[in-house]
Amino acid sequence: MSIWRRRLWLAAGVLILTFLVTVPFLLMAGVNPFAAYARFLFVPLTSRFGLLEVGVASIPLLFTGAAVALAFRAGYWNIGAEGQLLLGAIAAAGIGARVDGLASPLALTLVLAGGALAGAVWALVPALLRVRYDIDEVVTTLLLNPVALLVVEGLLNGPWRDPVTRFPESPRIAASAEMPVLIPGSRLHLGFLIGLVIIAGLGFVISRTRAGLELKAVGLSPVAARFAGINVARTLVAAALISGAIAGLGGAGEVAGIQYRLTGGLSAGFGYTGIVVATLGALRMGGVALVALLLGDLTVGASSASRALGIPSQAGDIVAAAVLLVTVAMVAINRYGLRQNRTAP
Amino acid sequence: MTFLLELLGATLRNATPLVYGTIGETYSERAGVLNLGIEGTMYAGAFFGFAAAAITGSRTAGLLAAIAVGLAAGALMGLLTVTIGTNQHVAGIGTTLGLIGISEYVNRLWFGSGQGLSRIEPYPPWEPLGPNNVFSQYGLTYVAFFLLAPLAWWVLARTHFGLNLRAVGENPEAADSAGVNVARTRYAALMIGGALMAVGGAFFTLAALGSFTLDIIAGRGWVCIALVIFGRWRVWRGVAAALLFAAVYALQLRLRILEEFQAIPFELLLALPYLVVIAALVISGRNVAYPGAYLKPYRRE
Repeated sequence: MSIWRRRLWLAAGVLILTFLVTVPFLLMAGVNPFAAYARFLFVPLTSRFGLLEVGVASIPLLFTGAAVALAFRAGYWNIGAEGQLLLGAIAAAGIGARVDGLASPLALTLVLAGGALAGAVWALVPALLRVRYDIDEVVTTLLLNPVALLVVEGLLNGPWRDPVTRFPESPRIAASAEMPVLIPGSRLHLGFLIGLVIIAGLGFVISRTRAGLELKAVGLSPVAARFAGINVARTLVAAALISGAIAGLGGAGEVAGIQYRLTGGLSAGFGYTGIVVATLGALRMGGVALVALLLGDLTVGASSASRALGIPSQAGDIVAAAVLLVTVAMVAINRYGLRQNRTAP
Repeated sequence: MTFLLELLGATLRNATPLVYGTIGETYSERAGVLNLGIEGTMYAGAFFGFAAAAITGSRTAGLLAAIAVGLAAGALMGLLTVTIGTNQHVAGIGTTLGLIGISEYVNRLWFGSGQGLSRIEPYPPWEPLGPNNVFSQYGLTYVAFFLLAPLAWWVLARTHFGLNLRAVGENPEAADSAGVNVARTRYAALMIGGALMAVGGAFFTLAALGSFTLDIIAGRGWVCIALVIFGRWRVWRGVAAALLFAAVYALQLRLRILEEFQAIPFELLLALPYLVVIAALVISGRNVAYPGAYLKPYRRE
């Protein structure tokens, strides 16, 4: 069987199995699973507004997906994109509220640069602990996610709380710091293009440059990479910092393009969904872009299904997790078969 | 003195869910599987324990439901990482995302959103020495320290099953040649571990709080992963690590009320235990010896 035929079968298998796994939950809500899936996947694509909203929903996932994919390619298990995104959002909201007098391009640049820098700073400590003391980055990046959320809440309940309404929201950022909208009348903002450009740039660097080759070598085998004369520690720290910066940029994009302020519910777990995006995209940048759009479609579809059919919008989260697990399972079965479970004769 | 005793009591209470989670994760990892599904398993244990108790009116039913969910979550991790042999990080994160999604989804279906919090009558504390002292604790706390921890240690260190469990986590090829069923042992470890994690989550809803909120676990599953490393995959050291985290947690709760600490945002104090755990890892976690087959699926050549 040709490789493409095999892949097509695999994709069909993933779709069917995911559907079957999620059907019980849809039946539980008393809806027709086919009607629900039609909402999840196709309804957002049938209107101009829906399509634009799919783009909007995919923006943070373009950033977190690229961030996670880059780190995973280097064999650096950055599970902390969520915290890095939140730190980027904090920096963006803080800078954005203080750049009133500046011209728009400069103000926006400062906001985005601040977001990227904050994300990188949040990613720095786990990276240094990993290369200096060999401390598992999975644990440290994970633990810093709740800490980042606490920093957000501390700011919103404390110094940044709205003095008039007492809402836990930071002051609105300056108009000059807002992301320009790409298509008038929609919410699709410049962050969409920035995300795509970053993905294209990363794709080029990874596949065409020496730095990309070193990154992949470290990811495949740190020991072999060291023998080849690659500075493994430097490569890992660089991958971690760039990954954090991209995630931070994603947070800045949500602040400057959607919310215009820091809010407690700014991230719907975008950092964790980034892991889904990166994995389903096979850690390749083209795949990341495609999957981010697909999950954007699912997000818009799930909230549309929530309004039209009355099923909780968390159905989208269940479907996303199911797709992830079914895919990694099918890919592994396709590659290795099921492990031999019989005892020796 | 009263301050210290109060602190000790609160420490034991706060450590309880972490003891369940840490011992559960210790079992999974000693068998060679990193279970990042722990956060979601604790979350689902908290929710389904609560839901079953609220619907049936029986806390025992709640506890049993949590155990069932935990066994199922462990079996799912087993299917993914043992039978199929997928990447353990991705399988665990996916399991966590799925279980949190399912819990929130069912929560919305069964208990609606917004309009008032559903409550159950939580387990009352068991107070053999009268109220308000160190031994004014929930039953699940006594079970954790006086039953589970010694039993979990004994099983792991002294029984045939414990030896097999450690063997498949250290050197599955050797265990296999010695006639140990690697897959079955790993499934058992994951399912026992999952049940313990879920009970740890259910402690919040069935004992400490009596209600379910969306941020109920708030990263405590991730904390357990760190505690396991800090405890170097040993049951008693893991329990000690849980007590350390819980002590810092209880301390910050008490500091918050003091006037001198009013100026510090309480969120900062709340972040303290997480940062202490990271610091503890830095001090003690260098060059730790991971289980030999950690993260490696076993495939017979």
